[in-house]
Amino acid sequence: MAKINLNGCDVAVDLPDDTPLLWALRDGLDMTGTKYGCGIAMCGACTVHVDGQPTRSCVTPLSAVAGKKITTIEAVGEAKVGAAVQAAWQKLDVVQCGYCQSGQIMSATALLATNPKPSDADIDAAMSGNVCRCATYVRIRAAIHEAAKTLA
Amino acid sequence: MNFRIENAFQTTRRGFLKGGAGLALAIVTPVMADTPAAGPGLAGSTMVDGEFSPSAFIRIGTDGMVTIVSKHLEMGQGVYTGLATLVAEELDADWSQVKVEGAPADAKRYNNLFWGPAQGTGGSTAIANSFEQMRRAGATARAMLVAAAAEQWKVPASQISVKAGIVSHTASGRKAGFGELAEAAGRQAVPAEVKLKDPKDFTLIGRSAPRVDSVSKTTGRAMFTQDVKLPGMLTAVVAHPPRFGGKVASVDDKAARAIAGVTDVVTIPNGVAVLAKDFWTAKKGRDALKIEWDESAAYRGSSDAIVARYRELAQTPGLAARKDGDAEAALGAAGKVIEAEFAFPFLAHASMEPLNCVMKLDASGCEVWNGEQLHTGDQFALAKMFGLKLEQVKINMVYAGGSFGRRANPQSDYLLETAQIVQAIKGRAPVKLVWTREDDTRGGYYRPIYLHRVRAALDAKGMPVAWQQRIVGQSIAAGSPFEGMLVKEGIDMLSVEGASTLPYAVPNLNVDLHTTNGEVKVPVQWWRSVGSTHTGFATEVFIDELAGAAGKDPVAYRMALLEKHPRHAGVLRLAAEKAGWDKPLAPSKDGAKRGRGVAVHESFASFVAQVVEVTVQKDGTFKVDRVVCAVDCGIAVNPDVIAAQMEGGIGYALAAALTGSITLKDGVVEQSNFNDYPVLRINEMPKVEVHIVKSAAKPTGVGEPGVPPLAPALVNALHAATGKRIRTLPIGEQLQTA
Repeated sequence: MAKINLNGCDVAVDLPDDTPLLWALRDGLDMTGTKYGCGIAMCGACTVHVDGQPTRSCVTPLSAVAGKKITTIEAVGEAKVGAAVQAAWQKLDVVQCGYCQSGQIMSATALLATNPKPSDADIDAAMSGNVCRCATYVRIRAAIHEAAKTLA
Repeated sequence: MNFRIENAFQTTRRGFLKGGAGLALAIVTPVMADTPAAGPGLAGSTMVDGEFSPSAFIRIGTDGMVTIVSKHLEMGQGVYTGLATLVAEELDADWSQVKVEGAPADAKRYNNLFWGPAQGTGGSTAIANSFEQMRRAGATARAMLVAAAAEQWKVPASQISVKAGIVSHTASGRKAGFGELAEAAGRQAVPAEVKLKDPKDFTLIGRSAPRVDSVSKTTGRAMFTQDVKLPGMLTAVVAHPPRFGGKVASVDDKAARAIAGVTDVVTIPNGVAVLAKDFWTAKKGRDALKIEWDESAAYRGSSDAIVARYRELAQTPGLAARKDGDAEAALGAAGKVIEAEFAFPFLAHASMEPLNCVMKLDASGCEVWNGEQLHTGDQFALAKMFGLKLEQVKINMVYAGGSFGRRANPQSDYLLETAQIVQAIKGRAPVKLVWTREDDTRGGYYRPIYLHRVRAALDAKGMPVAWQQRIVGQSIAAGSPFEGMLVKEGIDMLSVEGASTLPYAVPNLNVDLHTTNGEVKVPVQWWRSVGSTHTGFATEVFIDELAGAAGKDPVAYRMALLEKHPRHAGVLRLAAEKAGWDKPLAPSKDGAKRGRGVAVHESFASFVAQVVEVTVQKDGTFKVDRVVCAVDCGIAVNPDVIAAQMEGGIGYALAAALTGSITLKDGVVEQSNFNDYPVLRINEMPKVEVHIVKSAAKPTGVGEPGVPPLAPALVNALHAATGKRIRTLPIGEQLQTA
């Protein structure tokens, strides 16, 4: 039974070790904010932070994250950068259907944590793994700049 | 005559759900108020469970919170915010006290007023059909709150005002919140008549109230079907046949059943379902199945062969969809004839949330949790299948992670699949059906392949005197419960809309249609903007070609032909002006070619024009730099949501224009996931500017109309840059190979 540190709490997951972290979170721990979109790391809807790094949880088996610190959308707002990103998303009304936005916010937060003042090109590079079929990209770009401004 | 889904529903409401092939639904027409203005659901008990509930659309608690019940599905288009805006406007509520929840399936109270007795969301009708109904609901609640205050304060109601959630009487200085008045308001009579505001007094409509779903969707708390979990629930993953029309011949499920956690393996009409308490176990079980398929009735067509066959059909006349004058005769007599062929692939909707559904069956009936788009049709389908009464099918509408039309399946495909699984395990546990991305991509119900052959004759001044447009493709409505309303004398309005409604003044204008359902057996469905996905492209690229042949400016040429269509002309003028059409496009610094193109199209009674700017490199790769969009959708209820829908429609259309293509080879879908069905990513998203025409006309939809102009405007821009005209979508690498 794999043990992880999820959003600051040590938890055990009663699922086989080859279960992707995504499904361990969703089905094992009832943390449904992290979404299933493609299952092959092509859309980013499942993005979480593993020891601070943005990670596609749909292709990350539980065995690979045993003992690691996992942060999900449910807790990303407890830190300053995540809170600023969520606030910017809300201020600019980025969301449409919203299904991809947990992953978008996790990727954007990871970007701003390492690059506090990203250019449009930096944003494109960091965010191009996150698909939004509602194509909220114009606002995602603007919201990342907005969050960077509030964090400056 | 512009045929649209909503019009068809309006004019032939009795025909709704009249037995389509394989469905054969009974005609049940609940007793409805005939005039939308009367608004069903405005009568009845007004204190329910301690809340003031003056209609089916509003509840006001003693804590002052206003709950607005949305009869429409929120799938990203902003309808929860829009409907709440309408109610709150007339209620004079403060936006912070408003929350929205999804309505249950109940067509008696929650029907789409444009769809007669049916509840559902589609055809960009949500705001349009609800505009007066929701305002009336708000005004009714307000009047009852005011009556309650008048009674308590013993002052005339006419002296009471309401502003931002506060009811007050200036002379006496008395004030109360909605919560304090809720119980007394619940004892007031529901007024038969209410006065709606003069638009000049609007404080919310036209002011972009923030989205009501922003917080829940940025914190992971929003509830989608995928997130529903019921006690004891099992997850089902299904092995579908590799070809449409295939059936299970035999199953070896030994390996699947050997996987710890797999609880059931059941054969259903369209495959084999594996159930487990979690998704991953169910998927492992599904992948371990060994299935022999009976493909004796399976469809084995290929996309290339379908297009070749359509090309052949396009040489012969089809059924007339529009016949102004005699285009053939005029073409025969003309000196200059321009001809073009346009081809369109199958397209998958590819919403971010793959299809899924949660269902429970017990002695009392069936209960569904779903991003529910066609409540009444789905209720009928499930009631028929289980032998239940309509009201025994309870549907809980949760957020949909996109749909773009797919969740409004006229055959209730994925709901019935869930029902078959629940039935197969005799209702022992609630079931969540989860399609993988691959299932979703390969599951059919695509935008059909179409081919257009268009010919025009120009007079000495270069203006068109004849336009003959032949369309070949599958009918979406045929064989569905919608056939009765949408197919008239063999013409599926969804196949020709946008072409048969060509706004340009052409004296001899003929449009005809070949419907191919007899030979092409691929399940097809409406895809964001439906017929206009292809008619908008063919007409707006072709008119550009005519302008080029005439040596005229593309905007001026269109304007000259739009004298009788001021709203088309209005958005075209606005987009051109905002894009700086009268000034040359700035050249690129590195010598790459730049081009600008335009298109204008009406769909769902909204008018949109777009100007697209591109930069094309020497190797033929290109980037869409900027899109300037003008929209006329009548009164702009929420300008920011309208802008968002235009931005999103542009991005969705751009994905399809660049790479969108589902192809069949020997009946097998060749794509599977985002690796081989690429969708738009942030680095490909252009700058977008949206300009909204000021209008006092009734509001019309915005979910779909942003889509059609993008691809033709882009292709026109690429032509302006390179001289190469692309007539087959997707654009792909056509410029590279040129």
